[in-house]
Amino acid sequence: MNWSDPNYLTWLIPIPPLVAFFVIILAAGRSKTLSHIIAIGCVFSSWLMSLSIVLAAVTQHKDLGLVGGSLGPKGVWGGSINWLANGTGSGLRAINMGVLVDPLTVIMLFMVPLACLLIFIYSLGYMAHDPRNTRFFAYLSLFAGGMLLLVVADNLLMLFIGWEIMGLCSYLLIGFWYEKPSAYKAAMKAFMTTRIGDVIMMLGIAYLWASTGTLNFRDVLHNQATLDMLAKAPALSSVFNGGFLGLSAAALIGICIVCGTIGKSAQFPLHVWLPDAMEGPTPVSAMIHAATMVSAGVYLVIRMFPLLSAGANIEAGLYSPPMVLMAVVGAFTALFSATIALAQNDIKKVLAYSTISQLGFMIAALGIGAYVAAAFHLITHAFFKALLFLGSGSVIHGMEHGEHAAHAGHAGHDSHVAADAAHGHDAHDSHAGHGEPGAGHAPTEDVTPTFDPQDMRNMGGLRHTMPVTHLTFLIGGAALAGFPIITAGFWSKDEIFADAFNMSSRSPLAIFVLVALALAATLTALYTVRQIAMTFWGEPRTEAAKHALHNDGTAEGRAISFELTFPLIILAFFALVAGFVGVNPGFPVIGSLVKSLGFQEPFANFVGRTLLNAPAHLDFNGWPVLISLTVFGLGAYLGWLLYVRRPVVAGQPDPMEGILGADLYRILQNKYYVDEFYGWAFISPARWIAEVFTYQVLDKGLIDGILHMIARAAIYTGNLFREFNRVVIDGVGDGIPAALIDAARSLRGVQSGHIQQYLLYALVGVLWVGLNLVVIVVFPAIIGWAALAQIAIALLLVLIFNMSSSKASE
Amino acid sequence: MVPLIAYLIVAAGLFSLGMYAVLARRNAIAILMGVELMLNAVNINLVAFWRFSQPVTEAANGLKVGMAGQAFAAFVFVVAAAEVAVGLALVISMYRNRRTVIAEDIDSLKF
Amino acid sequence: MPNVDVVQWIAFVVLSLLVLGGGLMVVADQNLFHGALWLLVCLFGVAGLFVMLSAPFLAAVQVLVYMGAIVILIIFAIMLTQKMMGQREALNDRWPVGLVMAAMAFLLTSFVLVLASNSPLLAGATGNVTGDTILKLGNSLVDTGQYALPFELASLLLTAAMIGAIVIAREEA
Repeated sequence: MNWSDPNYLTWLIPIPPLVAFFVIILAAGRSKTLSHIIAIGCVFSSWLMSLSIVLAAVTQHKDLGLVGGSLGPKGVWGGSINWLANGTGSGLRAINMGVLVDPLTVIMLFMVPLACLLIFIYSLGYMAHDPRNTRFFAYLSLFAGGMLLLVVADNLLMLFIGWEIMGLCSYLLIGFWYEKPSAYKAAMKAFMTTRIGDVIMMLGIAYLWASTGTLNFRDVLHNQATLDMLAKAPALSSVFNGGFLGLSAAALIGICIVCGTIGKSAQFPLHVWLPDAMEGPTPVSAMIHAATMVSAGVYLVIRMFPLLSAGANIEAGLYSPPMVLMAVVGAFTALFSATIALAQNDIKKVLAYSTISQLGFMIAALGIGAYVAAAFHLITHAFFKALLFLGSGSVIHGMEHGEHAAHAGHAGHDSHVAADAAHGHDAHDSHAGHGEPGAGHAPTEDVTPTFDPQDMRNMGGLRHTMPVTHLTFLIGGAALAGFPIITAGFWSKDEIFADAFNMSSRSPLAIFVLVALALAATLTALYTVRQIAMTFWGEPRTEAAKHALHNDGTAEGRAISFELTFPLIILAFFALVAGFVGVNPGFPVIGSLVKSLGFQEPFANFVGRTLLNAPAHLDFNGWPVLISLTVFGLGAYLGWLLYVRRPVVAGQPDPMEGILGADLYRILQNKYYVDEFYGWAFISPARWIAEVFTYQVLDKGLIDGILHMIARAAIYTGNLFREFNRVVIDGVGDGIPAALIDAARSLRGVQSGHIQQYLLYALVGVLWVGLNLVVIVVFPAIIGWAALAQIAIALLLVLIFNMSSSKASE
Repeated sequence: MVPLIAYLIVAAGLFSLGMYAVLARRNAIAILMGVELMLNAVNINLVAFWRFSQPVTEAANGLKVGMAGQAFAAFVFVVAAAEVAVGLALVISMYRNRRTVIAEDIDSLKF
Repeated sequence: MPNVDVVQWIAFVVLSLLVLGGGLMVVADQNLFHGALWLLVCLFGVAGLFVMLSAPFLAAVQVLVYMGAIVILIIFAIMLTQKMMGQREALNDRWPVGLVMAAMAFLLTSFVLVLASNSPLLAGATGNVTGDTILKLGNSLVDTGQYALPFELASLLLTAAMIGAIVIAREEA
């Protein structure tokens, strides 16, 4: 086996991180160094392997995906093994497990392992003093393994396995500091909310398998016959005549799969878990909410695009129901969460809502058929969002440090201890003797009412003390906002606008998407400027901000600083540069420049080959660029007006509040009260069902009632038997002897001791026998009368005897 | 010749008298006298039957029953004598221990 | 010449009177000593009946043993327990029952006898007594084929009775 052959190498990519998880959990749990080596080493090896495949694909086999190209009739790398055979002979429907490397996989393999590796390195520094460090890396490795499994999968089932692994890991990692109630509640919320999407998706997968007998991507998505069949067949035709809600099978499956993405990628209405997931450590937020997990949702729909668009005529502007769903949900979510982000004061919450918004961009783009644009934005977003999250981690780190430094200047040990206890900052174990066992590294609203290091209102002027972080954050923010030309975000967003604009003439849905996304982009620029201005510019608003520093000058601090800054630099690089692979050759100036270097829309050409029919090349159109520039400019200008011209000082209310009005601001700050609504509509009834109905009524009342009744019946029967035993059996058993004793007591009077009486008795007997003999022999005729008379006499005598004996005993 | 039945009736009457004495008399010695009467009645019966079965008829099994009646009566004599001796010895012993010869007073062998 | 039957009948009646009358007086006489004497009379009558029944030996034995020994013994016993004589009622409380019983016994027996008077058993042979009955009696008592064994046993019985009587009646040492 040639190990450098991508056909085989791909199998190995998910394996090292999964192995690392098991090894760390089972063997290396105690040794921090060992688990670090294992975790980083495994991710690094996965990255190397992925890199080799990416390079092979980009350099030698640019026609990857093309059937009949340099890779032969299949056109892709990969292979599968027969995993579960169902049925025999001709009816054999086997589930195969395998790997697939086509262009979409390649670009994911480029981004994911790199992002994972950088976040791992960042975690070395960020989680250095956490007591459960090794477990963190184990979970992180499992997470990376799950994501890589999802990326290289060649069928929906294997993808789903990776999907679920990541769901589990997000639960474990969000609730990593499980001593905090908000943390574990957030973990459960994440798991439950994504579960809803997952269940619907599973139904879709099952229906797909039932309809076609296969879940393999190439067999279903690259097979026009299958797609046509699915597109024409009415959904659930055996149950619903004319299809379920008039949908085709492909549409129903597509909608189910899109629901899975809505859950995983936190779109409305299942977006509620993502902001709460900020309870987890910052590397987790970066990993989950930038690079990998939420990207997995978008990756899924990009992957399943042929199925989702089956039956649609994109050129004519006729979209299939799943695409309509995606476009509407995506665009709405983009705008919706962008508005919420405007009013958030927590630095990570702003980024969370920003993520939701950007994912909405991608999904809306896919909804109107902008396949390449969605994939492009996915990749660029991963880089700059990861950068922003890691940067925010540095900021929070520094703010906590600044808080300690600020208090160090005050009275003494006590306040320090109090502050430490309040913050529980574990990275400052250099203050030996406090030994807070990792009690909530990232304190949020419930820990201290006095100081929240994540609250942007406490920040300001951090550019002085944290220059590197400032610079990288600036780059990331610019990319997010879509700063023209030099940032990757601009190019990817521009491509989305271009596609939307292109489709707007053919479909009103595209117009809706265009308008919504443009508004969202404006707000994106606005809140990004707000965030950067409040955090880094202006002057420090608190003592903590004044002393915020994550490099305290010691050797240890510098070492930590390397691990914390190196990933930022790499990500910043990509945030700037990654956009240039998607430049349209018709773009003024830049386009010709890029073309002259030999790049002819490399990204679009490369990725477009994933589909059977590669998307058509769009000619350059100036309007979308104008829209991009306008939205950026408008948003940035507004941000400058509100936050930069007159920097916000301590104690001053947010200028946004003044613009929007107090009521609207409060609605935005409270996220449109969606969580409260869910709590009222779903959680309380569920809790009622569990606590009252099932527990009280069913379990205690009904089931216990039945059991108690049975018990009572058994006890009653037992008592019945006991009484029967006592009365009847004991009665007979005791009664017979008693009767005998009574009889004997009565009869013993016969032995009176008087011999004459004895003789008398004997004589009576003799006479009686004699009389009977005479009667029998001499007068046989009156035998009957004689017998009767004797019986009567006998009874009489008994009566007399009884009466006399009772008289005697009285 | 006086018929057999006459003797038998006499014997029956004597027997009844003896029985009455046994049943109704208080004194133990009187009871014993009644027993004697009964025995004599039996004797009369035996001898009367012997007399009225003469001449001897040989039984089927070859046994000579010639003097059976008288022999039997003789044995009755013997038994009567023995019984009277022992009985009176008992009465005397009773008299010595309990100072009474009333049969009713000797009732300790009771329930 | 008076009829032999008539003589026999008269003898029989007289002897029966002796027997029954004597017996009656034995029972009825309050005085125990008189009763013993009446017993003598009765036994004498029985002896006479034996004679009438051609068993002279038994009559002699009756007189000797019964009248001569047994009644004497009874009189001895009466004498020895004299203190109690005549101080209480002669009859006990149960005498009516005894009377009824005795009467019933007598009546029943007589009744049966009268009814059966025509049966061969009772109206049986009344042949003569031939031979030396005493000799025959004596032979039968020692003939091992006849009554030798009962004879021996009877002697044994007498011995036992004698010893028993002595043991019972002797003074406590």
